Amino acid sequence: MVCKGRGPAPRDRGNPLEQLLQHGANALILGGTYALLGIGLTLIFGIMRVVNFTHGELYAFGAYMMYLWVMRLHVNFFVALLLAVALGVALGALIEYVLLRRLRSSDIDTTMLVMIGAWIAMQNTEQLIWSGVAQSISAPFPSQPLQIGHVYIGWDRLFVFVTALALIGLAYYLINRTKLGKAMRATFQDRETAMLMGIDVHLVNTATFAMGSGLAAAAGALLGPVFVVQPSMGDLASLKAFAIVILGGLGNITGATVGGFILAFMEELGAGYISSGFRDGMGFLVIILILIFRPTGLFAQKERIG
Amino acid sequence: MLFRLSSIVLAMTATAVLAGPALAQETIKIGVTEPLTGAFAASGNYVTQGARIAEDEINKAGGVLGKKIQLIVEDNKSNPTEAVATAEKLINSDKVPVMMGAWSSTLTLAVMPKLEEYKIPMLVETSSSDKITTSGNPYIFRISPTSGMEARAFTPLVKKLGIKKADFLATNNDFGLGASKAFSEMAKNAGVKIGVVETMDPNATDFSAQLAKIKASGGDTLFVTTAVEQITLILKQANDLQLKTRIITTGGSNAPDQLIEQAGAAANGSMHLVFFTPWFPDAVKNPEIAKKFVSIWNDKKYNVGGLTEGFRGWDGIYTIVAGIKAAGSADPAAITKALWNVKVKGINGDIAFIKQGPAGKESAQNVPSVYLVKIEGGKVVRD
Repeated sequence: MVCKGRGPAPRDRGNPLEQLLQHGANALILGGTYALLGIGLTLIFGIMRVVNFTHGELYAFGAYMMYLWVMRLHVNFFVALLLAVALGVALGALIEYVLLRRLRSSDIDTTMLVMIGAWIAMQNTEQLIWSGVAQSISAPFPSQPLQIGHVYIGWDRLFVFVTALALIGLAYYLINRTKLGKAMRATFQDRETAMLMGIDVHLVNTATFAMGSGLAAAAGALLGPVFVVQPSMGDLASLKAFAIVILGGLGNITGATVGGFILAFMEELGAGYISSGFRDGMGFLVIILILIFRPTGLFAQKERIG
Repeated sequence: MLFRLSSIVLAMTATAVLAGPALAQETIKIGVTEPLTGAFAASGNYVTQGARIAEDEINKAGGVLGKKIQLIVEDNKSNPTEAVATAEKLINSDKVPVMMGAWSSTLTLAVMPKLEEYKIPMLVETSSSDKITTSGNPYIFRISPTSGMEARAFTPLVKKLGIKKADFLATNNDFGLGASKAFSEMAKNAGVKIGVVETMDPNATDFSAQLAKIKASGGDTLFVTTAVEQITLILKQANDLQLKTRIITTGGSNAPDQLIEQAGAAANGSMHLVFFTPWFPDAVKNPEIAKKFVSIWNDKKYNVGGLTEGFRGWDGIYTIVAGIKAAGSADPAAITKALWNVKVKGINGDIAFIKQGPAGKESAQNVPSVYLVKIEGGKVVRD
């Protein structure tokens, strides 16, 4: 018996430099999606100060919506992506309107408990509807990867990376350059003053939560076709998102972006050169170190007091 | 009138209450703990479906010892703490005399002290860590192969496949680490060079770092040990990295049909150790039983990819029932004693137990059949 498809090809092994470049390319691609997850959560956790345990479920929701539209209803892949993100925004707005609006004057513990409940309820609903069997989504990209020298990158991952960068840019623009962004920043700096200035703080809250949720759903919809979709997929995403937000400094968009890339590089290089068993540990090791030396995170501004 | 009506209701209730335990005594309970939710949900549900098919068949044929059997299935949520809780519930509140479970090695190892504490036998249908039968627990009856057995069965294939240098990638738990150890020792003894031995978190989805390292190691064969969800991703990501190494998965929880469906062309060329070959039922030792099982599974419209897990549940329940029959009663001690001598015609092959582990406290271990299949052109072929 001779294996035709996967026979050894010693010439293609690559030297240490090529291996490093491959690790670098992997980390860059991974970092894009980590940044997307981190920005979404930093809006909600960092700016709104809501400990949002449903963030990972929004990620899973985006992936399942992608599965629904592409695999069950046979909608065009790119149209499905837009639909999944739009539905994520809508679900985020709904959660804010139904659950968080009436908790606005409650303490952080009550809000946290409600969000934990929402997280469990959402994950079990996914299980009920889609069963525990992992599902895959087919993407319209060539199965042969892009080759640059001896470095290979899957087309699907490249697409994820480029789209993630575009979404990060869009989020920046929305928050720093638009009137809505200005209203957001004003509201979370000083709610009373913002109200006096005629800002509809309810609307701003809903919009912020919806936007953060939409970014999580976008990450899920982008990564669903790269990985497989299963009900517990949101747990790991949530954990990473919280780590990135803490790493970058609460509420700091640049921090979340850079934090996402740092986490990805640490995981990839740690797994590649130290020990793959501690891959997830590597990222958290860096977080511990950074928090020891910079307790407010890498990019925390001086606390803005209105 | 009102008084009379209420007394009738009362009488009826009393009858129902009295009849309740009487009816319950008509069945013999078998406790089942499987991961129905969480990371291993797919496999746990398949095993349960196979067990339910066996329950139906046995009860239609008159049950055992003149009574029907009743499976009490509990969800251990892919979590060792929950697995212990389900065992406590099955033993203390349902009073089952015998159990089947708990799918993954980590879950089974968690339940094992409870078996010793309450002296209840458990049939292990899937777990493969050597530790389960070598740690000296006399209530363990395992029908699935140990990683060591799988590795030994693989030994002649090293030459046949021309393996010169092997790398390993395993999930970071009792199942994966045990298999990596058994297979790397086997390979070393067969004169194969050992490249890198990599691990991954059981929940991880991105293996690009490990695969890049494996690619740089330059072995001709990569042994992968984990469940089907991670195998799917490994095949896809190995293709993305253009890793040309031959990939062989161990452990039998690789569901080749699901790999073909979900990994597509990336699954081509990969090889898989399985313990049941539904694609060619004639290859197994008891083809009639295997064919019947496949046809019932398909009639129920269960997922075809689940057959390679589902058979474990069927074999497990039939073995337990053979034990109950030989014991002549539903007493845990009698069943424990009787299981040692059962001979069952199973889907995997003939089931019988040998002794493993420290003298005086041996566990029971079956010697099952192991098959190597290959995926070629989107189909499972015999190797």
